[in-house]
Amino acid sequence: MAKKQEDYTNIPKEKFEFFQRDENISDKRFDTKPVGYFKDAFMRFCRNKSSVIAAVIILALVLFAILVPIFCSNRYTESLTDTTYLQYGKLLPKWEPLAGLGWDGCKNDTLSKDNYYKLNAIGVETGQNPITKIYRSDYQHESAVSNTTFYDVRVDSYTRNGMIYLNLTEEEYKAVQKWQNETKIQVIYPAVDTSTLKVASLKNDANIWYKCNNKGLPLLTKDGKYTPIYKTKGSDGDYDSIRIAGDDGSYRYAVVNGTSEAKSYKVRVFTYTYFQYRYGFEPSFMFGTNAYGQDIITRLASGARFSLIFAVCISAINLILGSIYGAIEGYYGGAIDLVLERISDILSGVPFIVVTSLFQLHLARKVGVVPSLLFAYVLTGWIGMASSVRMQFYRFKKQEYVLAARTLGASDARLMFRHIFPNALGTLITGAVLTIPGVIYSESTLTYLGIVNLESSNMTSVGTMLSAGQASLSTYPHMIFFPALFISLLMISFNLFGNGLRDAFNPSLRGTED
Amino acid sequence: MFKYVLKRIALMFFVFFVILTMSFVLVKMLPVIDAAQFGKDMELIKQRREALGYNKPILVQYIIFLRRSVLGGDWGISEALYRSQDVWKIFVSKLPATLMVNIYSMLFSVPLGLLLGIYAALKKNKWQDYVISTGVMVFISVPSYVYALLIQYVLCFKLNWFPLQMNSGTDYFSWGMFLSVVPAVLSLGFGSIASLARYTRAELSEVLTSDFMLLARTKGLTRSQATVRHALRNSMVPVFPMILGEFVGILSGSLIIENIFGVPGVGQLYVNSITALDYNFFMLLSAFYTLIGLASGIVVDISYGFIDPRIRMGER
Repeated sequence: MAKKQEDYTNIPKEKFEFFQRDENISDKRFDTKPVGYFKDAFMRFCRNKSSVIAAVIILALVLFAILVPIFCSNRYTESLTDTTYLQYGKLLPKWEPLAGLGWDGCKNDTLSKDNYYKLNAIGVETGQNPITKIYRSDYQHESAVSNTTFYDVRVDSYTRNGMIYLNLTEEEYKAVQKWQNETKIQVIYPAVDTSTLKVASLKNDANIWYKCNNKGLPLLTKDGKYTPIYKTKGSDGDYDSIRIAGDDGSYRYAVVNGTSEAKSYKVRVFTYTYFQYRYGFEPSFMFGTNAYGQDIITRLASGARFSLIFAVCISAINLILGSIYGAIEGYYGGAIDLVLERISDILSGVPFIVVTSLFQLHLARKVGVVPSLLFAYVLTGWIGMASSVRMQFYRFKKQEYVLAARTLGASDARLMFRHIFPNALGTLITGAVLTIPGVIYSESTLTYLGIVNLESSNMTSVGTMLSAGQASLSTYPHMIFFPALFISLLMISFNLFGNGLRDAFNPSLRGTED
Repeated sequence: MFKYVLKRIALMFFVFFVILTMSFVLVKMLPVIDAAQFGKDMELIKQRREALGYNKPILVQYIIFLRRSVLGGDWGISEALYRSQDVWKIFVSKLPATLMVNIYSMLFSVPLGLLLGIYAALKKNKWQDYVISTGVMVFISVPSYVYALLIQYVLCFKLNWFPLQMNSGTDYFSWGMFLSVVPAVLSLGFGSIASLARYTRAELSEVLTSDFMLLARTKGLTRSQATVRHALRNSMVPVFPMILGEFVGILSGSLIIENIFGVPGVGQLYVNSITALDYNFFMLLSAFYTLIGLASGIVVDISYGFIDPRIRMGER
């Protein structure tokens, strides 16, 4: 800062100098660029932080819907013929990077003694123990029968199924053996001599490979080990592959049935490694699997992709129909307006649910479920758009610039769509964006209720996933959690985004937010 | 005013009949289930179908339908859901459950929504307002079935406070019944609390900044006097019709909430009638839903005129 001059009375003459003697005085040229309507709206939208965050979330969800079906689909999710999905239903979410936070596919459970020993036996036999943690062992429950004891444990849902019996053909049997030799991962485990087991349910249970009493409790040796009852007699079709530890070559790995032309091999396979053999990777589902064993993340993403595309299509169709209809109403007015308004009055009185169900009953068989749903949305959806366009037309059609354009000889269509229509664009864009969450919401409601059924082998919808998960809400909440989280996030962010757009496009709010 | 009301009601009936005709024609075009598969009820169903003119041309059927069903109240018998029982009687027996759930949810959501909205408007741009507005935003956006499922999981299953499903009996005023409807009532109410609070806040904060409020303060009214007597009354003009409209809408119930909590009400009946293809139920309930929707629209429009005479003047 310059030194302050206190005394102004005696300023020496040489301190004065002329200001601007040779320059000509004129306005300065603006260096800034002009800000148009859309640019202004965009700038004001960016100042609204919650809307920008919402836009980012929407982008992330859209990317999720696009990318997941591309990158996460594998031979498992595409295996449409594998209807049983290897009993891999209701697996819990498992994601290695966050396994420490409980995202490990395990679940706390209370087991009775026989179940505890059964799961433990799987660990002993395969080396992969389904019981990952024991919180409290061998305690008695007050309410239970006196001689049973319980275990509070953490069970891995991926290995708890243990063994299953499979009937393989000769080629399949050979192929599994070949794969075992190459990868050194054991799939087939020795067959069991069921003659010592007295109860049918134990005989059919592939997980019983040890001596046990009729209740399934193992008869342990003195040092607490299981006593194996593997089959040592009979043929196993020249099994030539990995043998389990402790096998001196006498264990048989299959029971051969059928005639000599069509032999079938009944083998005990470990589901976890059989999955690896079958699909080429270790089972691990980030969002878990549903009751049929289908991968939730890819199904959710494909359902979401459908919902988003569907909603965007409907909002585009509504936008076009509504603006043409509203433009005609608003521009011509009078008798045309009256008639067209009555038509839209009648249509807007039709309850949406009635239209949808009628269309589903009627059209679904002829043109398919999705087109008939689309018709139902389009039938009444454009009315809101039309009325907002009509209002804008009434506001602007009497203005001088329109008159000027008309005097210059502009046609009706040109007046309507070049001169008046752009005034309605802001509200229309907002309306179109806010249509999207509305459509997704009602579509998921309809599929939830089962009025519309979009379920097929490679397509589903969020509503169907939710209603399928509701049956096991109490035991497997993950089947509902992820779809519900997805749709809630989508709804919140779309509404925030739409509100931000509405404020940005509303010129009367300019300057009020500062 | 009287003329306006009459005009609106006449228009409503016109729209109602257009929609009814459309639904009738569309339903009649669907294939009819062969009566032979109903076994011992075959004769009864055949006779009832004969009475409703199933074998006559569609125009005659329509006239029979108008005379018997719409005017006479005989909507036929159920063919799939409740074999050979009167559709109208079943429908009436389903109404109390829906009504009860909806009335309870209105009773707690309307005062709460209004209070929250008024409070948020008075504390505008303070932290209270931000908290309420954020909550309102979340509850408006998140679909009602999501928090219905959340309530069912947390309150009914984890905490075990309420039964998972609503009791199916008819003892509508017992304590056990009340407990069993609470989850459904809560999940219905949250959405309307949120929308009511948002609407009230927007209206009231607009009125609070208007010029006549400044005048009221300058002529010596205290802040609370001015708010209660001038601002609140004016802000209720658009809010009150909305509440009235909702009151008419309580008859129709919520399809999805009734489905989740097993409320034996009208909404569930409608969904079942679609999936089971019970046409008589479908016709009755479609007519019912159409009528309710139109009526609530009219109530909203007309009540504007009664609440605010200025609108009545401007109407012509």
